[in-house]
Amino acid sequence: MNASLITLELCVIALGTALLLADFWVPAERKKYLAYAAIAALTGLLVISFSGQGVCSLGGSAFHGSFVNDALAVFFKRLFLTAAILVLFVVLQFSSRVPGAISEYYSLVLFALAGMLFAASANDFPMLFVSIELITITFYVLTSFQRSKIASLEAGVKYLILGALSSSFMIFGIALIWGTTGKLNFNDLAAVAPQFATSKLFVLGVLLVLSGLGFKIAAFPFQIWAPDVYQGAPTPTTAFLAIGSKAAGFVLLLRFLFTAVPCLTTHWSSLLIIISCITILYGNLCALPQRNLKRLLAYSSISHAGYLLLGVAALNTAGIAAILYYFAGYLFTVLAAFTVIAIVFKNLESEEISGLAGLSQRSPFLAASMTFAMVSLAGIPPLAGFFGKFLLLKAVIAQGAATHDHGYYWLAAITLVGVVISMYYYFGVVRAIYWSRETADLTPIELDGPAKVSLALCVAGIFWLGLFPNTILDLANEAAKSLGV
Amino acid sequence: MSILTYIAGWPLLAALALVFIPRNYRVIIRAVAILGTLLSAVSAVWMFCQYSSAPVDADGFRFVQQIPWVQSLGISYHVGVDGLNVGLILMGAIVGLAATLCAWEIQSREKEFYVLLLIMTGGILGAFASLDLFFFYFLHELALVPTFIMIGVWGRGEKKNFATFQITIYLSIGALIALIGLIALYLQSGANTFDIPAIIKHVQANPLAVNVQNFIFPLLLFGFGILVSLWPFHSWAPLGYGVAPSPTAMLHAGVLKKFGLYGLIRVALPLLPQAAQHWAHIIAWLCVGNILYVGWVAMRQKDLNLLIGNSSVAHMGFIFLGIASLNLIGITGAVLIMVAHGFLAALTFALSGYIYQQTGTLQMNDLGGLCRKLPFIGTALLMAAMAGCGLPGFANFVGEATVFFGAWKIFPAVTVIGLWGALVIGGVYMTRAMRQILHGPLPERWNTLPDANAWRKLPYALLLVSLLVFGFVPSLLTSKINPDAQKVVNLANVTVPAKLVAQAEISGVRN
Repeated sequence: MNASLITLELCVIALGTALLLADFWVPAERKKYLAYAAIAALTGLLVISFSGQGVCSLGGSAFHGSFVNDALAVFFKRLFLTAAILVLFVVLQFSSRVPGAISEYYSLVLFALAGMLFAASANDFPMLFVSIELITITFYVLTSFQRSKIASLEAGVKYLILGALSSSFMIFGIALIWGTTGKLNFNDLAAVAPQFATSKLFVLGVLLVLSGLGFKIAAFPFQIWAPDVYQGAPTPTTAFLAIGSKAAGFVLLLRFLFTAVPCLTTHWSSLLIIISCITILYGNLCALPQRNLKRLLAYSSISHAGYLLLGVAALNTAGIAAILYYFAGYLFTVLAAFTVIAIVFKNLESEEISGLAGLSQRSPFLAASMTFAMVSLAGIPPLAGFFGKFLLLKAVIAQGAATHDHGYYWLAAITLVGVVISMYYYFGVVRAIYWSRETADLTPIELDGPAKVSLALCVAGIFWLGLFPNTILDLANEAAKSLGV
Repeated sequence: MSILTYIAGWPLLAALALVFIPRNYRVIIRAVAILGTLLSAVSAVWMFCQYSSAPVDADGFRFVQQIPWVQSLGISYHVGVDGLNVGLILMGAIVGLAATLCAWEIQSREKEFYVLLLIMTGGILGAFASLDLFFFYFLHELALVPTFIMIGVWGRGEKKNFATFQITIYLSIGALIALIGLIALYLQSGANTFDIPAIIKHVQANPLAVNVQNFIFPLLLFGFGILVSLWPFHSWAPLGYGVAPSPTAMLHAGVLKKFGLYGLIRVALPLLPQAAQHWAHIIAWLCVGNILYVGWVAMRQKDLNLLIGNSSVAHMGFIFLGIASLNLIGITGAVLIMVAHGFLAALTFALSGYIYQQTGTLQMNDLGGLCRKLPFIGTALLMAAMAGCGLPGFANFVGEATVFFGAWKIFPAVTVIGLWGALVIGGVYMTRAMRQILHGPLPERWNTLPDANAWRKLPYALLLVSLLVFGFVPSLLTSKINPDAQKVVNLANVTVPAKLVAQAEISGVRN
């Protein structure tokens, strides 16, 4: 029992509560300083986590093994902290659209972050379920935050109904697993799972839990909510959904598959391959005709869930390390894109791609950032996306060579088809920025200090991960090893 | 720092510098771009002259530089030259300079165009110099993507969108298939490094099983083959070059396209010898498709650019034939044609670009008698056409003759057909095109056409001189190519028996 392991989570929750209380005393025109304070505090926590001591120090489990703090958890916690910091920058850009209630938005982001941090460490079913609910319920509010906007409310309701459905699937699955095996802790479950591998109820329970997690990562066939919610939600929420919620889903998926039920996972490579293939094709094909930028990014995020599933399907350490690396690159890429969206579409009703017309003249820096983000998502060297995809493909082909399973080569081939299709729509965005024919509004866009800082951080991250992959790759390898595949 | 880093680095550095120059300083933008490629070309010429006296490392490479990049995967920045790529780098740097000089035809968004052109030049020169599989692919991809953007944005004609779409799809798929092949090669070799000399050494000691080789070789052959417009995957090329702005067509047809061929010689032959021997016949017969079928298609063209595009596809057939022969003479000839065709393709696309710029059309029926108004351009075009038919005195003749000598022993039937295609079909379409464009009555509307001024003659002269120099003194290249081609041939003709079927424990690297 080592309760001090959850110091980081407690700090984040305390910070969120402090922001809510501070709201009473801080006058409206100074509300943005609350965001600066939150950013500074989270940056402090991030720096401490890298210093090798204090809140993120390695090792150990707490609360009878329901909370583990291994290298994998620490990797994801750093990822979530970075994501939350950059999302808060996006919220700053967005604050003019939700007057009066902005500090609640800041603290809700922090509560969602706390849920993600717990998810990174969750090692039994109650912890898994509670952390997911903490994330999801916070996101119901964050999604419908623009109360005056019908689209935002519609997105909130859709997310609520489908989220509740997925939660009930998951809780039903947990009940079945607990009913058959009597275990809730992942390590205990792994010890007894082989003897239940033929039990239909047990397998059904595992599948139901997987479908609940499938909702979180927006993998086929549980992706149906993503486009509407991404499009209708306020931009910072969409950004946090795209990276934070998805990454939390993936860390839980990895732990569940490789710690709790490895005996089933190793036999399910075909299922994972098929889901991965369909997710990639569905996301990319549906993205082709999209005109709304956030909707396009929603379909693109479905396809990226498919790419990330490559690493799960590979069933080896290299695949898991590739997922972690991919997330690090995806973090900077997606947040660069959403920061630009939050700034450019400040005064526009909806986020049509045509609204980017003339951006290269209105603000070359925003245009370049968006271009780098799109090019990195398309997976073109020398940016982060290319190296991530390279690692995923390498892991999958290595597994194909080791097991002589031709499914892996098909998966690699489908991935390539997906990448080629995706180039078309990503370059469509770049074309809209630089080469649209319509005479658009050409008033220059002034960037404030925080916007410049966060965009510069994102672009630097995209290049850093593409050109100098060593540091993060070593961390990812170390984290992947802690799952012991 | 190795001179090779400078050759590839100057254009990339110039591209970076251009980003910070405001777009209305047009003269400075052009000057910086030309300076970048000029420095690169001068360094390449210096490197070529110093080649013989430079120290050789243990693997037979010169001007070597190696910096570790990702240790856990065995990726390092490793550059070096031997006989196989020394000519290609020289050719690439000179064509890069010529293409930048020819870019005066671009009138809109010049800054972006020059940035992309410089990235393309630097990327492909780096890819040719690279001795690390990862960088080899990475830098080629870096050069490839600007091509699509340049064709899509600055392309000409009504079919622009379709051609851009087609070339993007074909080349992306080709590059990605090759990527799968390269990753599979890395994993199967078991050497745990992307370093090409290290993999070759490792594979020499532990040859890959034949079934593994037969699986990877087609991935590389068809992946690279699509990039090089191997028949029947060539249909992107004529149309793509037809609509591309001429600097892009020059660089792509001249330099970038040689990457796939170079990859086959550098990577596929030494590492997958049994598969190469197995597939050689198939390659040889696919060449017939290139030489004969595409040559025949070229005869029917009415548009000068489509004709040049098709003829450039046909020329790729000779190179594939040289590779398929798997002997010293054939491989030497293949490398020679790669260099010679680089100069030639760049020259013809540059000249057709000039004519299009002045007349606004490349329909051969509308042209005629241009030699009277454009004596310099006309003469240069005629010389390029003659070089394309394989007239002695130009570098192409040397290469093609060598390839046919090499291939005769193994594929007599293909060689006969190829000779017929080269001499008769090539002669027919080239001379017919020249007659139509340069001779005959001059339509009245072309009476005021200006010939190129001294400054604009420069790139054409540069390329023509290079063709003639290597045509008259081919030993400049052959003496360098020979020893290294011999090494490839030795590796490709190993008699050491490899295991027929991979065993489970050596076939995969679990990590």
